[in-house]
Order: sequence, then structure tokens, then C-alpha cells
Amino acid sequence: MALLDVQDLSVTFSRRGQRTVRAVDGVSFSVDAGEVVGLVGESGCGKSVTSLALMGLLPRQRGVQVGGSARFDGTDLLKLDLRSMRDVRGRDVAMIFQDPLSSLNPVVPIGLQVTEVLVRHRDMSGEAARKEAAELLDRVGIPDPRRRLKEYPHQLSGGMRQRALIAMAVACRPRLLIADEPTTALDVTIQAQILELLKELVRDSGTALIMITHDLGVVAGMCDTINVLYAGRVVETARRKELFAGRRHPYTVGLLRSIPRLDAGRGEKLTPIRGSVRDVLPWTEGCAFAPRCDRRVDACVGAPPEMTPTHTGHEFRCVNPFPLTQPEEARV
Amino acid sequence: MFRFIIRRLLQLVPTLFGLSILLFIWLHRLPGGPETALLGERGTPETRAQIRENLGLNEPLPIQYGRFVKRLVQLDLGTSISTKREVTTEFLQRFPGTVELTMTAMLIAIGVGIPLGYLAARRRGSFLDHASVGGSLLGTCVPIFFLAYVLKAIFAENLGWFPTIGRQDASIDATHITNFFVLDGLLTREWDAAADAIWHLILPGVALASIPLAIIVRITRASVLEVLGEDFVRTAEAKGLTERTVRRRHVLRNAMLPVATSIGLLTGLLLSGAVLTETVFAFSGIGAFIKDAISNLDYPVLMGFIMIIAVIFALVNLLVDISYSLIDPRVRVR
Repeated sequence: MALLDVQDLSVTFSRRGQRTVRAVDGVSFSVDAGEVVGLVGESGCGKSVTSLALMGLLPRQRGVQVGGSARFDGTDLLKLDLRSMRDVRGRDVAMIFQDPLSSLNPVVPIGLQVTEVLVRHRDMSGEAARKEAAELLDRVGIPDPRRRLKEYPHQLSGGMRQRALIAMAVACRPRLLIADEPTTALDVTIQAQILELLKELVRDSGTALIMITHDLGVVAGMCDTINVLYAGRVVETARRKELFAGRRHPYTVGLLRSIPRLDAGRGEKLTPIRGSVRDVLPWTEGCAFAPRCDRRVDACVGAPPEMTPTHTGHEFRCVNPFPLTQPEEARV
Repeated sequence: MFRFIIRRLLQLVPTLFGLSILLFIWLHRLPGGPETALLGERGTPETRAQIRENLGLNEPLPIQYGRFVKRLVQLDLGTSISTKREVTTEFLQRFPGTVELTMTAMLIAIGVGIPLGYLAARRRGSFLDHASVGGSLLGTCVPIFFLAYVLKAIFAENLGWFPTIGRQDASIDATHITNFFVLDGLLTREWDAAADAIWHLILPGVALASIPLAIIVRITRASVLEVLGEDFVRTAEAKGLTERTVRRRHVLRNAMLPVATSIGLLTGLLLSGAVLTETVFAFSGIGAFIKDAISNLDYPVLMGFIMIIAVIFALVNLLVDISYSLIDPRVRVR
């Protein structure tokens, strides 16, 4: 059985006097123990909302509705009350956020921000917690951890801050780690180091990882399974090798084409996906990507496209996919 | 930190110097003079002139000011024109009551205001939120003396829960060392005297607290709302920390800076604003004395009072600045 099984997750935001927004519209995917799963898509496709919904971190108020189920080791995370959810968070499921500076409390020393997790979930206190915190900082590659424990976030560099956040997330050896664009706010050399660190931690501890990113390069380097999201639904899912060998959905192809490449010829233009995420069709009326798609046919509009399974487990939601035999235009 | 405090105290000297010059000129330029108050209707121009001469008011202002400063450096504020007693003696006797009242009001405002503001922000849009925002509007609108009369009528006169007037029951034979009655009671271990003094402080304290309470509720609410939207609060929640830890360590600590600023500013306001409340409750603080000093143009008393208020105000705000660096490590005091 999968460690986490998300079925038909949906999140809608409605405000009085405004149109209801379906940020996540029936996302299903699963994560096995120790597996690295990528959720990929443009800004606004529902990646972050999905992760916040899993952590129960969406605002608990009228107007925010979460549907579907997310079974973690048998219990549905979406049905847990706040008290039990607080026990799960940080202990079984932990999360790493995008912007390390704003995600750390500016007025609390790094040490306390690490030890507070140990105190809360591992019944540690005092010197034992500080010792463990220093070891954690050491494990994520922060030099001179004893001194760093006393420092404040503004005294650390961007990469160090993200390492500290990672230390807090792995402090209780969670079985599932969710990383929401962990490298977006960092510069390129640091990005590579942080990804390497995450890879190591996952390999050594057997933690499963959900990697949320818009960067297919990150996905290619790390993920076992990749889910491509568009307008709140999974449009293509495959093992990494299968996806990069034969992507089928036009959106996935478009994403790959729009990555700038160093080896591209001088003066060669990028091929962006035309239009923007706002040009969507509601899924109930057809394929949401249809207004931006180059391979659109009449069948795209009218009924929502279903996931088409193949014998390899590669699935895609498209009525006119790229053929499996690689035509020139689908290759990047 | 130590050097910061020393420097701030030194900076106080030129500020007070400037303030004293301005005050001196303004006060002496006011129409009339102490001689009118002393003589009333009966005064003839000759007797008036005689009194002015005796008080040294006919000399040029710079010379009068020089005398004032000379006395001031010896911590002598001169002699009150109307009571003929040393101004410092008068103050030592009356000021403690006002300071006690101000501190009571501030404790009530902080103790109720911060939790209420926090809850209002946490349950934004709830009944509690609307009630506290509306209530704080009301609190700033109702004049303090009116509220004082209403509280006195209901809780002291009708219900009899609190004493109507005074600082301490006359039947209690309390020993007074510092004239801070609560402190005196604690120092001499006369617990009944201290309790009775606190009892007398509650109603005037509540009346005086109304405006700072309203302001603190509003500022805390706005500040907490802002902090609740910060990423690090989400991180704290994602760690599974208890509500208590999130609230104290992550939300309130970050939300306290603006509140600390307002507390510093409000304390000065309260010290000078206690006068009306004291009148309603016949609370023997400095209020009535100052009121008389104003109508009598008792120069030494007025100068001394305003200078002391200025010093207290500056010291409170120095404390606020020190608290900044304790709350937020990014604010380094230099």
C-alpha cells in the first residue's frame, strides 16, 4: 500500500460577492515509502495549495472548502481535527517552504527554532535537545553548528537559512517530506547544493519526498515519479524515464520546450507556451489546456478528457496526444 | 547597551534645557500674574507692584531664568507662591498618588488590551472582534471624567463595591514612608493598608485606562493580523507546535514592537491626564494642586511639574527603546 494516497483532492475558495475559484480540481496521486514524487506545473496550477491542503495549513474558515481524501498510512489527513493534525505535522509529515528568510522567525534564535520541534515531538529538553539540534545542523552541512544555534536568521546566508529550515523539517525523521519550491529563492550554485542535500537525506533516511516545482530540471535530477499539473488537475503522470523518453501531453511538451538551454544556437528563440494560465476552459466543459494548445481538435471541447492509462503506468489526460514514436517536433 | 543608556541620558540635558527656556518665556508672557491671584479683588496697583517686587518678578527674564537654573542644578524647584512651601516637598507628598494611579491604569490597559487585541485578530470577523473594535471606538470617544462619574455612580454609590473617594480609608492607621500607599503597605507589611489602597485605585484606574486600553486593543489587533499572515507563522504551524507556543513565541513576540511604542507614548499622556479622574474621586494626587497652580499662575510649581513630566516621559521612552532590542535582535542599540 502506498504511504500517501491522494484521491480526487479539491480545494475551492469562495468569497461573498466573488466568483468561486477552484484552485485544485480533483488531483489524485500516490507516494510510496522512500519514493520521490514531483508535482510540476506553472504558477497558479494548484501545486502549493495541494501541499497546504495535505498539511492542513489552509485557513480554517468558511469559504475554503477541501474535498476528496488523502490517506497517510491509513488515516485520512483531511478528516483529522486540528489537535491530531498538530501531532502529525512536523513528526510524520514535515514541510520545507519556498522563501527561507520569510519562513524563519526573525526574532528567535536558530537553535530554539530547531529545538522547539524536538521538544514538541521527541520529548527532548535542555542540553539533549541542543546537542541534537547541533547534530542536525551539522548533518545539513552548516559549519560550526554550536555557534550558529545562538544566531538569528538575519545573520545567516540564504543557503544556510534553507539548510536550517531543512534541519527543522527532518528533525523528527518524518516519513514524508513536502518541499514546496525549496530552491526558487536561491541562486543557482546554492540550488544545486540544496537539491544534493535533499537527495542525500532522502536516500539515507528512507523518507518519502514530494517535490513541488515549476522547474523540470529539478524533476529530472531527483524524482522517481512525476505528476504534471494543469489548472488544478493532473494531466500527465509517469515514471521519470518514461516521461523523458516519451511525453504525450502537449502541455508537458510545451513546458520542456520553454526551458532556456545553454547549448541552444545563438539567436535561437525560446518557444514559450502561448497565452497564460488564465486562458482556461473549466474542466467540465472540456480540456482546460485547449485554448492554448497547438494540437487542439474538435473532440477537446465538449466533455472533460479522462486519464488514458497505458501498460507501463504512464497516464495522460489528452484526446490528441503526441504519438509514442517520437516525431521530430516532440523532441526537445 | 550601557553606553547607549548613558548617551541617551546625556541627550536629555539639552532637551530639558531647551524646554525650560521655552516654558519660562511662555509662562511669564501669560496675562496676569501670581499677584492677582494672591490679592484678588482687593489689590491696588501699589500693593500689586509691591508683591511683584518681593517675588523678584520685575527683574529682567534672563536674570530670573538664571536664578531658576541655579536652583535647579541643586534639585531645588523653589517655593510655591500660593502655599509658601517648598515645591519639592509638595511634589513628594502628592506625586506618588498620581504615579500609582497612572501605573494602575497602564497595567489594566496592557493586561486587558493585549489579550483582547490578540483574540480579536485570531477570530477576525467574529462577535468578539466586532465588539472589541466597536468598544474601543466608544472608549476613545467617551470623555474620561464622564466615564469616571458613571463608574462611581454605579459601582461605588449604587452597588457599594468600591470606595467612592480618597486613596485609603481614614480608619486604617497606615505608616507612610514613600507616599506610594501600596508600596508603603508592602514595605511595612501592613497588608490591610496595601489592599485598601489597591481597592481605592481600581475605579479611577479603570476610568483612566479607557483611552489607552482602546488604543492598545486596536494596535495589537492590527499588528497581530499582520504577523499572522507571515510565512514564519505558517512554518511554526507546519512544525506541529502547540497553539500556545505559536502564539507566544512566534506571533506575539513579533507583534509587540508597535505596541511597545504606543505604551511609551501613552504613559506621558496618562500622567498629565490623571488630573480629571483625580478630581472625580477626590483622589489626593497632584491633580487638584496643579489645577490651582494654573489658575494662580504659580510659576515655580508649573515649571517643576512640567519638567518632571518631561523627565518621566523621556525615561519611559528610553525603557521602550531598550525593550526594542530585547524583542527584536535586528534592532541593535548603539
